[in-house]
Amino acid sequence: MSGTSNPRARGTSTGETGTPVTARRPRAARLSPADLLRTSGSGLRSRPLRAFLSALGIAIGIAAMVSVVGVSASSKEDLNRRLEALGTNLLKVSPGQSFTGEAARLPAEAEKMISRIGPVEQVSAVGKADAKVYRNDHVPAARSGGITVAAARLDLPDTTGAEVAAGSWLNEATSRYPAVVLGGKAAERLGVHRAGEDVRVWLGERWFTVTGILHEVPLAPELDYTALVGWPVAESELGFDGYATTIYTRSAENAVADVQSVLGATASPETPNETEVSRPSDALAAKEATDATLNALLLGLGAVALLVGGVGVANTMVISVLERRAEIGLRRSLGATRGQVRTQFLGESLLLSALGGVGGVLLGIGVTTGYSASQGWPGVVPAWAMAGGVAATLVIGGLAGLYPALRAARLPPTEALASA
Amino acid sequence: MSSPVIELRGVSRAYGDVTALRDAELTVGRGELLAVVGPSGSGKSTLLNIIGTLQRPSSGTVLIDGHDVSALTDRELSALRAQSIGFVFQQFHLAAGTPVLDNVADGLLYSGRSRAERRRLAEAALRRVGLGRRLLHRPHQLSGGEKQRTAIARAVLGDPPLLLADEPTGALDSASGENVMALLRELNAAGTTVLIITHDRDIAAGLPRAVHLKDGAIVRDERREALPA
Ligand SMILES: Nc1ncnc2c1ncn2[C@@H]1O[C@H](COP(=O)(O)OP(=O)(O)OP(=O)(O)O)[C@@H](O)[C@H]1O
Ligand SMILES: [Mg+2]
Repeated sequence: MSGTSNPRARGTSTGETGTPVTARRPRAARLSPADLLRTSGSGLRSRPLRAFLSALGIAIGIAAMVSVVGVSASSKEDLNRRLEALGTNLLKVSPGQSFTGEAARLPAEAEKMISRIGPVEQVSAVGKADAKVYRNDHVPAARSGGITVAAARLDLPDTTGAEVAAGSWLNEATSRYPAVVLGGKAAERLGVHRAGEDVRVWLGERWFTVTGILHEVPLAPELDYTALVGWPVAESELGFDGYATTIYTRSAENAVADVQSVLGATASPETPNETEVSRPSDALAAKEATDATLNALLLGLGAVALLVGGVGVANTMVISVLERRAEIGLRRSLGATRGQVRTQFLGESLLLSALGGVGGVLLGIGVTTGYSASQGWPGVVPAWAMAGGVAATLVIGGLAGLYPALRAARLPPTEALASA
Repeated sequence: MSSPVIELRGVSRAYGDVTALRDAELTVGRGELLAVVGPSGSGKSTLLNIIGTLQRPSSGTVLIDGHDVSALTDRELSALRAQSIGFVFQQFHLAAGTPVLDNVADGLLYSGRSRAERRRLAEAALRRVGLGRRLLHRPHQLSGGEKQRTAIARAVLGDPPLLLADEPTGALDSASGENVMALLRELNAAGTTVLIITHDRDIAAGLPRAVHLKDGAIVRDERREALPA
């Protein structure tokens, strides 16, 4: 039995005739979810342009935030895929600087020692030669263009992932002759665009035939600015001392860190501290990592846009409640409880912003996909960003609709009806 | 013995220092058809709002369909309106752009009945008021009289024991007004208690009972016996 809390609540009274009349207390019925949705959507349906514009405000904010997250995730995904293709198991060791500041060099047996480390699968090396390279023999000696000349082991491309863009890599035969393979940037600076027997550069005071040009090497960008010749010809023609200046290794994926920790000491047991060991894929990742500060700024701008959108929704809802006083009065006369009026307007606000949220997420996906396509990246929008976007709009819709909904519910029915 | 549908005992309503209704005593039995008549500002709408439980009295006892209004919460009063009271207003209060059928069906939106049933009852109610061929029209495509008949259909599709009409012919020309009055009589003949507010003495004179209000007080309660239809 209900009504015990109210002393006057008896549901029993005396009729005109004096006979007691017992009546059950009326009980308000619940709206079905479908009716709830229909009722909440009725205001939007009757004013579609206004609904569209207020939802647009929210959509722009969400789209901005989703795009920032999506573009940054796409660029990261692109980097990850490229690194995966390049391999992250390349390690590089070079002599660094000696204690006294002069360029140190690796011992002659360094390559052999390194290849004995268990997990090491490949070893290759270059050794800097004291020579300069020019487009032809008329260029003044001072204008060498910052191109290094180095002797290269024949397995250098295998180890570093370097690929030939034109012509071919050195072989047993050409490594003994004045033949050169140019790094991508080096070829550009020398004005060499193709390889062939008739293409020559002036290297170490004599002509070298350009047999090949490399693509840029992402994991060994230093090779881009290098003119690579065979080890034997460097020794015989360029006064090269035969010492490697950079050694490249590939190891088993799961042992790269272990190899990295012993590489310096193995390469140069006497001066392990002078060697520089690096993992080029880390450097690449660090260099291309998206700018966190810029991202935070853009996200902040998106959040401001979202906030403005939320204010727009609140404004729309306040106006809607003012305009629809007569409707509110009618609904109350039809038997709507205060709670049902409140729910209707809160629902309208939630619908409005959810519409904006879903639109914004779609827009954000569009922007991310478009921008990624233009950059040649795979388009990726993390699921958490999409879910977060929609969740944020629901919170905003709830906050924006709360006050108008409370006002609508508090409106006395007679006053509401009188306003028409 | 059935209880009265409306019973007011010493009901007053004040707005600040304005007393809109003073010590009203009124009993309306089931199946009655009556007018509340009086000049503008005499408290007719106030009386209707109190009977319709849209407003609580400042003092006095109000019993509607056997329920003591003061004992019910706002939520329970809403339920009482949903189940027992139909309203017809001078301004129709139809939802623009919504088909007539759905406008009428929404009369039972808060009654707990399914949408299919609401629409089925709405169609029957629209037939009853002579708008069976207008189901999918929008309110703006209807004449004033048709709009008011739509509003009446919305008020009665759940067959409430009590129908309250505040100036139902106020916005209509005389022909449509008579039409609407005829419809209200018909509903009354079918068993609904109908209370009509009007400032039109001719309309009041045509009904079996007329309660006269002046300055917030019931000054006369006229009953006539046999009447021409
Ligand atoms: N919400 C309110 N606040 C203050 N005064 C009110 C309010 N509602 C009604 N009144 C006053 O109460 C009195 C009765 O008003 P009511 O609306 O009941 O009259 P009425 O008989 O329906 O008049 P009409 O025929 O013009 O509709 C009037 O003097 C009116 O000014
Ligand atoms: Mg009035």
